Amino acid sequence: MPTSASELYGWLDTLIQGALLGGLYALFALGLSLAFGVMRLVNVAHGDLIVLASFGAVALGVATGASPAVALALVPLGLAVLGYALQRGLLNRTLGGDALAPLLVTFGLSIIVQNALLEIFSADPRSLGAGGFETASVRLPGGIALGWLPLTVLGVAIALTFALDLAFGRTRLGRAFRATADDRVTAELMGMSHRHVYAMAMAASLGLVGVAGVFLAVRTTVAPSDGPGYLLYAFEAVIIGGMGSFWGTWAGGIILGVVQAIGSRLDPGWGVLAGHLACLAVLLVRPQGLFPRTRS
Amino acid sequence: MSRGAVKRSTATSRAGGWIALVAAAALATLPWWADSSTLRLVVEAVCLLVLAEMWNLLAGYAGLVSVGQQAFVGLGGYGLITLADLAGLDPFLCVPLGGVIAALVSLPVSRIVFRLQGGYFAIGTWVIAEVFRLLVANTRGLGGGSGQSLTSMRAYPKALRETVTYEIALVLAALALAAIYLFLRSRFGLGLTAMRDSEVAAESQGIDVRATKLGVYVAAAFGSGVAGALYFLMNLRISPDAAFGVNWSAFIIFIVVIGGIGTIEGPIVGTALFFLLREALADYGAWYLIALGAVAVVTMLACPQGLWGWVAARFDLSFFPVQRRVVLPDPPEPARRA
Amino acid sequence: MSPLLETRGLQAFYGDFQALFGIDFEIAEGEVVAIVGANGAGKSTFLGAIAGLLPVPLSQVALDGEPIGGLPAHRIAARGVALVPEGRRLFASLTVEENLLAGAYLGRPGAWTFERVCALFPVLGDKRRAHPETLSGGQQQMAAIGRALMANPRLLACDEVSLGLAPAVVRELYQRLAEVARDGLSVIVVEQDVSLAQRVSSRLYCFQEGRVSLSGRSDRLTRADISHAYFGV
Repeated sequence: MPTSASELYGWLDTLIQGALLGGLYALFALGLSLAFGVMRLVNVAHGDLIVLASFGAVALGVATGASPAVALALVPLGLAVLGYALQRGLLNRTLGGDALAPLLVTFGLSIIVQNALLEIFSADPRSLGAGGFETASVRLPGGIALGWLPLTVLGVAIALTFALDLAFGRTRLGRAFRATADDRVTAELMGMSHRHVYAMAMAASLGLVGVAGVFLAVRTTVAPSDGPGYLLYAFEAVIIGGMGSFWGTWAGGIILGVVQAIGSRLDPGWGVLAGHLACLAVLLVRPQGLFPRTRS
Repeated sequence: MSRGAVKRSTATSRAGGWIALVAAAALATLPWWADSSTLRLVVEAVCLLVLAEMWNLLAGYAGLVSVGQQAFVGLGGYGLITLADLAGLDPFLCVPLGGVIAALVSLPVSRIVFRLQGGYFAIGTWVIAEVFRLLVANTRGLGGGSGQSLTSMRAYPKALRETVTYEIALVLAALALAAIYLFLRSRFGLGLTAMRDSEVAAESQGIDVRATKLGVYVAAAFGSGVAGALYFLMNLRISPDAAFGVNWSAFIIFIVVIGGIGTIEGPIVGTALFFLLREALADYGAWYLIALGAVAVVTMLACPQGLWGWVAARFDLSFFPVQRRVVLPDPPEPARRA
Repeated sequence: MSPLLETRGLQAFYGDFQALFGIDFEIAEGEVVAIVGANGAGKSTFLGAIAGLLPVPLSQVALDGEPIGGLPAHRIAARGVALVPEGRRLFASLTVEENLLAGAYLGRPGAWTFERVCALFPVLGDKRRAHPETLSGGQQQMAAIGRALMANPRLLACDEVSLGLAPAVVRELYQRLAEVARDGLSVIVVEQDVSLAQRVSSRLYCFQEGRVSLSGRSDRLTRADISHAYFGV
């Protein structure tokens, strides 16, 4: 069956747009991966906190008229502080036993955040304008447009993944993260207060959430009930990519984006479903993920 | 010297048994003196209670924290609609069949989700529920995204419909509680409790941990499916969001956490509290859910054994005693010196 | 001269179970003190208690005269107590070099650096990029001791360093420990091997079921004394 050039270009466009979307998913997933890697914590409120960050950026824009660049500087910082306080004040008390307590507490938080946003902002979707940047693009042959915003998001995702990898491997805090994850009690003997280390991990995790939230608000509209969907995307990126490695998580995000794009192309209602099915397929066939870190 | 006896029932459980019988008899007469909305409320309460007991078995005993039981609720509901409207079976009969469908589907599902543990297991079950939701929403034959009505119930007059649905609910509640109670009292239940305390130790005592977990998962799926079918039998209308929405998990988790995890009485207390809270905060919109979430978080941190757990420990009560107590005979009187 | 570390009537519990029943202990600067006793006598519990791993009353442990009982482990580490735990417990996902650097997390000033630790245990320099699971038992023990030294401690506590190691390796380890002690570091060694403990230490305590059954100068205690104290007969 002859495939016309335009159909080929159509598929290429799908793959490229999917990969660019995957950059955003990688941003969603990095924070989840970090928190799990250091503390074995699955933050069920993760997606809702991304939405919180988005609304924070929107509110900042509405209140001060500042550009998204300002939001990009302030929102992640605010979320990081929130993360430190949340971990130190609340979540640290749930860790150390079985998985039940942190799961249920973060589940409760998820409900609280979602409905608080609903009360404050109503159910209407919001967005953050970027003065035309969100639609600017580079034109490639074959009618493919590379949006500057998605390219930026992908670039930021790559940069942050690189930075995280470096930080974990070479810095004092990164060593503390890894040591505490390996053996919390012995790490304590070296002077690494696990309460502080965990709180720093959560601060970093929510800082990443903040970055993701700002870009999300610019890229698309956000509504208070969107949170759980983003949690699932982050989770799927980590599962597909494999645990234990930030680059694996990044790759999982890209793959998820591509799979969703392909699914959407086949049928508009199938995008998200395709992503779910790909994740389940990975679990069935290669449960450790596609690029796991082999060491324990 | 005579040996001690192993006893199970306590004074409170025997007293509780009589109270329960009287209460059940009173409840059974409700359709003759209460209005429709009260009947619907009780049916809904039964559905949530059964779902909560199932979740309690999974999380409190088998250590499987699921945030995706709504998958089986929805399967039960859509199973009901499909069998009743499309296959022409009697809708009342389809209630247990909804459970069977859910149980059958849970077998392949377990192959996937059991690859995960802890927090990731929980989210994995959620993904499964979402898959079902999207599959159903994309299937026009099942009503698509907007759902459909249960038409086969129109054959029955309203009063009869409501009464039979209600009585089925009561029977379901009684059966579910009895089944769980008997199971936990049996040696399988003892094995489950052993597993909860230490999987490794249980395994070394010859308990097949994997098979036990699977058994509990399938049984919980069955129970959830039946509850789902019953709910939509009463509701007469189903949609993918109502059937597979994560709200089910939110409510169930709230009920079990606040009522008391790891006990049979806990979910009963939790269900009652849930409806009380709902009535009290009915006019406050989203604040109701915020309060729900906040109470759950505070309970989990301050009182993890839940309200019933606290009461039971404080007053040494147990209406569904599953523990075995060894009762030693009194020591013989020392021989008196002449 | 006042002791560096002192415990007075130290009691410790695991939940309802009492493991230590009033231990009086002291160690001066630059001393090497040994603790011997059967399994379950409370030796590891004692080290855990002074390192901050167990809750104990504040006044029952004093470092430099200051009460430190029950403080969190990371704060006691900051004051210069370094514990080499039983079973070494190196960080599995870190390399040897990273393990040693982790020991220096607090950045306490002092003479111990990565290079100096490698001078003491040359094999650690050779294997700096290796992961602990690829090291032999003796090498792991050296890494664990090196990691503790990197904290520039004033008091080093070693929990059963000889466990599972060949005698030649154990001899070498204790020679190195003796070198380290000569520079002024106080060392507590918990040992199963009584004669070894006597040889390397200046004073010795014997624990028996959570109590001190014997204490004294290592060169003055006889085997008979110790046997009685060890077994409680």
